[in-house]
Amino acid sequence: MSTAQLLADDPVWLILVKVVGIFAFLVVMTLFMINWERKVVARMQQRPGPNRVGPNGWLQSLADGLKLAFKEDIRPVLADKWVFFLAPVISCIPAFVAFSVIPLGGKVTIFGQETALQLVDLPVGVLVVLACSSLGVYGIVLSGWASGSPYPLLGALRSAAQVISYEIAMGLSIVAVVMSSHSLSTADIVSTQSGTIAWGALPAWNAILLPVSFVIYVISMVGETNRAPFDLPEAESELVGGFHTEYSSLKFALFFLAEYVNMVTVSALATTLFLGGWQLPFVGVDHFLNSGWWGLLWFVVKTLGFLFLFIWLRGTLPRLRYDQFMRLGWKFLVPLALFWFVAVAFTRYFNQERQADNVSTSLLLTVFGAVLAVVLLIAFLLPDKREHKDPNAVPITGGGYPVPPLDLQVPKSPPRRQVPVAQLPTAEDRTAEPAAVTASAKEAGDGNA
Amino acid sequence: MSAFLTFLAQPPEPVQRAVDTVTTGEAVAFWVLGPLALAGALGMLFARNAVHSALWLVLTMLSLGVLYMVQQAPFLGFVQIIVYTGAIMMLFLFVLMLVGRDSSDSVVEVLRGQRLAAIVLGVGFAGLVVGSLARALTDVQPVGLAQQNTQGGGNVANIGEALFTDYLFPFELTSALLITAAVGAMVLAFTSRVGKDAKKTQKELVEERFRGDRVGSLPGPGVFATANSVATPALLPDGSVAAESLSELIETTAKETLEDDVAEVSGTGHQADAHALKGEQS
Repeated sequence: MSTAQLLADDPVWLILVKVVGIFAFLVVMTLFMINWERKVVARMQQRPGPNRVGPNGWLQSLADGLKLAFKEDIRPVLADKWVFFLAPVISCIPAFVAFSVIPLGGKVTIFGQETALQLVDLPVGVLVVLACSSLGVYGIVLSGWASGSPYPLLGALRSAAQVISYEIAMGLSIVAVVMSSHSLSTADIVSTQSGTIAWGALPAWNAILLPVSFVIYVISMVGETNRAPFDLPEAESELVGGFHTEYSSLKFALFFLAEYVNMVTVSALATTLFLGGWQLPFVGVDHFLNSGWWGLLWFVVKTLGFLFLFIWLRGTLPRLRYDQFMRLGWKFLVPLALFWFVAVAFTRYFNQERQADNVSTSLLLTVFGAVLAVVLLIAFLLPDKREHKDPNAVPITGGGYPVPPLDLQVPKSPPRRQVPVAQLPTAEDRTAEPAAVTASAKEAGDGNA
Repeated sequence: MSAFLTFLAQPPEPVQRAVDTVTTGEAVAFWVLGPLALAGALGMLFARNAVHSALWLVLTMLSLGVLYMVQQAPFLGFVQIIVYTGAIMMLFLFVLMLVGRDSSDSVVEVLRGQRLAAIVLGVGFAGLVVGSLARALTDVQPVGLAQQNTQGGGNVANIGEALFTDYLFPFELTSALLITAAVGAMVLAFTSRVGKDAKKTQKELVEERFRGDRVGSLPGPGVFATANSVATPALLPDGSVAAESLSELIETTAKETLEDDVAEVSGTGHQADAHALKGEQS
């Protein structure tokens, strides 16, 4: 029985329970994620992080959320009243809707009703997520425009360009996955990844079968969610706060919520598309560890792995410059994705033909060898790119580093001024300094432990 | 929308339905989405602000996309949302935002006979729409996609097969058109790296700056002033306004409102009383 058939006879109350459940899951994940991010980043920067509100500081984000809700709601005079109000709502709704097609687990029984842990399984499930992310951009763009002030507008323009260009790379990377699983439905994509490959040594995850797609997807999902190192729409050092500069109170909180829900959604989609979804590898589909509510646990663990990656990147990498960022997207990721999915298509086609005994393996190898030889020949025949010489360039010796030339004439040093012996630092002064340094380093270490 | 998606996900009924029956769900969806689409179209025509117009059009496109989904064409529906609402309208918005919110419509006829041609074409198009609509309501027997979607590999696979077999030539023609447009845009936006009007590189800009009058950065807004708003110009130590700190984009604060600050900075106005905080007890 397929997931779509399982879900088809869900009564209305069960659908409502699932909707509320997914909503609660996403909101709780957001609250957890904000705290986790602050704690992990703090740990990476050798400081304790939030540790005051609640047990070990884990209720900090809840307190912050409540505080935000009770703040004064300010609307700038120049703002466009309706669009200013609409923008955070638009950015929030698609983020939640996108999660409806994600399979959270396998077959379970809820109050005696047999169903799957998924709200809906569409034949075009993956497209729903893409459609929702393309609608989510409206929230950002409109917020920037409606604020009626320059920095948000700049942030919004950046964001629109960014999300649209990285959505192309993302879509192209998903194409290879769809080709290999013959379906756009998320539940089907999960079920095609259930076996093992390489004589049972590796799970048949798309991340292993289609590594290039996986890498492209992971890079573009960071770009898509406007997270560091791709957080150019809200670059603090350039744009104050970016598109949400003029927002305050609950509207600002909605933007925050949308950002984190989007992160959870793209991580969940990455789990679904590339890491076998809710299934535990190696044990087989019928094992009890893959039955009932266990799937939810594996799903959450895998998703949290991706979310940790988001935090790790933010704690590690500096922000890219805008042109570097665009170059990465258009000149590297998109061509690579195109090349990769054509290669996958060819491989699949010839594999089919070979299995049908229309083509022999030796013929295939010969043809591929010939193509490779032609490509190599062309590559060798192409003339080298001529180096551009700058006539005004300062001559540099050594391996590209600005070291002084070998024949440098060092001018004679001027006659030294006599310093009275009493003013020179004594040996005791010199040793006193390092001692102070070790003492402070020790203190810092204690603070962290 | 989620409950609605669930409704969509239900597999098509295997039983042959009578051709002209409309399910309750479909009827409800139509009577909700139809007026919305119409309202969007009217709003687009009558909105004064160009961005509002674009947003109304987005509403129409979304409603149409959902209507496609209801009529057993989920792929078409989502592609409508991704391509039209997600990409094309976003491009429109992009241009509108760059042009500026206050720009008014130009009434100058750029192409000669433009209005006449527009009227003729508009009337012709309306005729076509009315004609085909009339024919659809009288002659055509609605079949529905339910049966078609169960054959082959389902909705998506069937569309793919049709596109790459029967409709391959129109499909390729469309892609050629799009590539032409993309190349055209590149040609228009191309800036030469060599020659007289070449774009300055970062290096050249740095050199120019160091050879110019001012090596450092321009004075930031609000420096030496009592406010740190972007709209407040910087005041020089003598109390005069630093001209470089005025932004061309932002309307700066009127000079009169700054007079107190100017006086305070230049030391001619009211001096702060060191005992002011102590109140009457001093």
